[in-house]
Parts: sequence; structure tokens; C-alpha cells
Amino acid sequence: MIKLMKGNEALAEAAIRVGADAYFGYPITPQSEVLEYLAREAGERTGMVVLQAESEVASINMVYGAAGTGKKVWTSSSSPGISLMQEGISYIASAELPCLIVNVQRGGPGLGTIQPAQSDYFQTVKGGGHGDYKMIVLAPASVQEMSDFVKLSFELAFKYRNPVMILTDGALGQMMEKVEFFPQQERSTEILEWSTVGKPDDRDANVITSLHIKPDKMEEINIHLQAKYKLIEENEILYEEIMCEDADYIITAFGLVARICTKAAELAREKGLKVGVFRPISLFPFPYEQIMSHTSRIKGILDVEMNAGQMIEDVKLSVEGKVPVEFHGRMGGIVPSPDEILEALENYIAGGKL
Amino acid sequence: MSFEMVETKVFEKTKSLLDTEMHYCPGCGHGTAHRLIAEVIDEMDIVEDTIGVAPVGCSVFAYNYLGMDFSQAAHGRASAVATGIKRVLPDKYVFSYQGDGDLAAIGTGETIHTCNRGENILIIFINNGIYGMTGGQMAPTTLPNMKSTTSPFGRDTKDMGYPLKITELIAELPGTYYVTRQSVHKPLNVRRTKKAIQKGFEYQKLNKGTCFVEIVSNCPSNWKMTPVESNDWMDEHMLAYYPLGDIKVPNPKEA
Repeated sequence: MIKLMKGNEALAEAAIRVGADAYFGYPITPQSEVLEYLAREAGERTGMVVLQAESEVASINMVYGAAGTGKKVWTSSSSPGISLMQEGISYIASAELPCLIVNVQRGGPGLGTIQPAQSDYFQTVKGGGHGDYKMIVLAPASVQEMSDFVKLSFELAFKYRNPVMILTDGALGQMMEKVEFFPQQERSTEILEWSTVGKPDDRDANVITSLHIKPDKMEEINIHLQAKYKLIEENEILYEEIMCEDADYIITAFGLVARICTKAAELAREKGLKVGVFRPISLFPFPYEQIMSHTSRIKGILDVEMNAGQMIEDVKLSVEGKVPVEFHGRMGGIVPSPDEILEALENYIAGGKL
Repeated sequence: MSFEMVETKVFEKTKSLLDTEMHYCPGCGHGTAHRLIAEVIDEMDIVEDTIGVAPVGCSVFAYNYLGMDFSQAAHGRASAVATGIKRVLPDKYVFSYQGDGDLAAIGTGETIHTCNRGENILIIFINNGIYGMTGGQMAPTTLPNMKSTTSPFGRDTKDMGYPLKITELIAELPGTYYVTRQSVHKPLNVRRTKKAIQKGFEYQKLNKGTCFVEIVSNCPSNWKMTPVESNDWMDEHMLAYYPLGDIKVPNPKEA
């Protein structure tokens, strides 16, 4: 089924189709369409629980409780609301609960703006809450991927018993595109062995907790988590390479910005400058080696983001100083144009930086 | 004529109260409150259908003593966690067990909104007027002039505000179905509290709203009293401010 739809609505439609059991959320621009769409559609079609909580603090803790029963549970918000959820995300990661959290980012810091931004990269990828934990992070670049990644997120969340975040932005949330949906899936009735659903006589009590007061036990939990994250790094890296084979320069960008950069690369090629685009899709795990693999051929990298330069730190770690990495970014809700990206690239080349 | 010895068991530890040492201080009311919950659940035979939510505070380890499925919540969020569980498992019994700091300070928002939505859960609220686990700081329910480590000269209501009667407050909300205040410091009160907890579980099946059982309790260690002294002090001071009894009972036509 192909539909013309907003990115936010595609998230909601995909969650209905994947058979999600519950959504707990709180309205915030620019993602309120998620809750609105679910409130209209979900209950009747699949019986998904849709509850408007009193705050993002409450909604992430409702997710914690419901995810502990082994159900498919999710929430969404935008940057300030996601900041409020950080404590809960840390608990969820520690208790190893599968769930999906969507951040439709807006410009900050503070109350900021309701326009799109990518300035929550550090918070998302480097751990915005306390303690050593990782979420699996996926960055869609189209309304189609907003849908596809909901399905993928739940698969990964349950495969690893780990929270997954879709990191997107207000532009992708609000823009309409064609999207082809996967068929409706049945809601699962499977009872997972670790879940808190009531203790039958023939098993011990299941306890969802992140509290391990004895340090040797807490270290053991941490070692287990780190081993899991390593496994995720080995198996779940996703990325897209566009016109990279013969490129002299590569632009690195994630999410919607990568599409703008693709246009910039096409404009560059019209002028005889061989430019490609490398788009990390999974931001954790990050495609360090895949970016590194281009360094023997290219002259340099321009990293483009809607922030002050966040993913660029991982790009620099990837190339280990083998090629120069420069940055072009816009902040505060400004989306860069293909022309300005190309101009930035040309200026860096003319100035001998790339 | 033969003579037979007959042993009559007058007391037995209920099955769901695990046979383990509790970390609670001697004389603390938590142990009794835990036992009552376990007894009610066992007598109703609903372990298989019950999920508890533990708070942050002295009773954070409630799941080590109650042999049933449990979710340990972030500080103040137990009723939100319980909401999440109950919404996806509406046929199960769900209860949260929370102290005064958890329920009436950091978690006030969750408490009020959970009750206002009328979530079909039981909230058990232990009010001893002090922060136990962190070592005797002022609680939202600390009495006027009562000393704590953060109100060393006594709670000055002008500076520090008034003890929060959250139970009376939530009883005003249409989402609550049964709201009562009890204690476990005397045998009669223990029996009444057990009855209240039992109602809190039984009413969940009616889907009529939130049940809320406050248990006014003691804290000998942080009140710096012997257990007996603490119970006397509780009788005289705590119960004067927090009077025992039902605050909201179901409409007799419905119940």
C-alpha cells in the first residue's frame, strides 16, 4: 500500500502495523501528530494502548513498566521532552528492556525553537542519562525509512533486549512523501520468560530492576552490557554510500541532511568535482571502519550537520588523522541548502584545508 | 484409654513472604506491612496474577521479601510504572508500594495523575514523616517542629512549608475509589490494615478506580527512639495530624 504521508504519521502507522501493544506520550511540537494519529487510528484497528501521560517523565516510566511485561512498547517526543526522559532511558538500558523511543529533534539548547535540528547527537549516541549504557540509534532520511525503521527497531530491541532510538528531526516529521507500508502484523501473545506478568508456581519471581547494591554484582552487570554492545557493533552497522566509488571528496551526513548533501554532490559533479556522500544510518553502532576504508583514495571529508559539529567527532575518530575533516553546520533550526554546502566545500578546497 | 497430643498451629509464615533476613531496622513497620500484603495475596491465591512495583527508599528491596513478579521503579515514578503494567495487562492485579518522599515529594505529579485517571491499581503509601534510607532528612510529611537532619531545629512551616496531607488530597479526585489511612503499630490496627489491603486488591476487579491505602508508620532509627517509644510518639503526634480511618469509601449502592 502506497500513501502520501507526513513522517510523523508514518511512524504512527508503522507502529500500528508492526503490532505495537502500547504507546505512552506527551504532546510536543514538532511531533504531536504521532499521538494524534494513534489516538484516531490505533485503538480500533489493533487495540494498541494509547495513553497521553502527564509528562515525558511519566511516559518513559510507563514505557519502563509496560516494556517489563515483554510487550512491544514505544514513545516519541522532541528534544526538550527527550531530555526529561534521560533518567528513565538509563533505567531501561540497565534493566535491559526492549522498547522504541523516537526523537523528532528541534533546535536547542533550552526551549529553543520548533524548527528542525540535529543537536541531540551527543545526547543520543554518547549517553544522555547516567551510567555506561548505549541505545541502538537509527537515523532515517526519508518518510519511507521512518516507517521501515519502526519495524527494524522493534526487531533489534527484542533481539538484544535494548532500547532503540530513532533519531530524526522536525523537517522529516513534518514533510510529506510517498511511503509504501509493510502488511499488518498480528500483535504477539508470546510470554517472554524474563517478563513480569505474574509468577506461576513453577518458576522464580521475575524482577525488573537496575539496582545491584553490591559493587561486584554491579560490575558484572556492566561487563555483560558492554559485551552486548560489542556484539551489536559487530553485527548491526548500517550505512549508505552514494557516488563514493570514484569520489575525491566525501561528505558525511546523517538523516535528512544526507539527502541535501547528495544534491550538493550532484551539483559538484556537474562542475567536474568528484564528490560522494557517506551516510551513517546506525549512529550506534557507528560505521568507523567503513568510513576509514575510503581514506586511501580520497583527499578529504566535509562533515555537514544541523548542529555545531557533533557527529564530526566520530568521523574524525574513524579516519585516524589520515585525511582532513572539515565541518559545515547550521544551528537553531536552519536547514542548509545544497548550494551553501557546495560553496563550503569549494572554499575549504580553495583554502587548502581539504 | 490412649492419649493423643494435638498440635494446633496458631501462626504460620505465609508462602509469599520469603524466608530471608530483612534489612529493615528493628521495630520498623515495613516488615509488618510486607507480611500483610503477602498474606492477602496468598489468601486470595493471586500470586500468579499479581505484579508489584517497588519504589526508591527504604522499601526499594521489597522484591527481596515478597516472592512475586516485581518492577523496581525510579524515584517517584512507581505509579507511572504501575500504570504502564496495568494498561497492557488489565486483567492482572497491580500494586505499588511507596514511601512519603517517593509518593508525596518527587512523585507527587505521578501520584495525582495516576489517581486522577483512576488507574485500577492499589497504591500502598507508607508515611513515617522522614527519609529513612538517606538517613533522616525532612520528608513532605514531616510534622511541624519535628526535627530531622535537614530541619535540625524543627520544621519551621514558615520556611519549609507544611506537612502534605496527600491522602486527603487524592481522595478529592473522582478517579479514586477507596482511600483509607491505617497503621500497623497495634494488633487491632494490623487487622484493620490487612482488611484495607484486601479491599484494595478485591476492588481492582471492579474497574472502578484507584485504591489508596496509607499506612502511618514509625522510624525508630531516624526518630532516634526505641521501637516502643516510637510507637507511642506516633500515637501522640503523627496520628493527631494524620487521623486514622476511611477517607473515601465506595458508594454502598455500588460496592
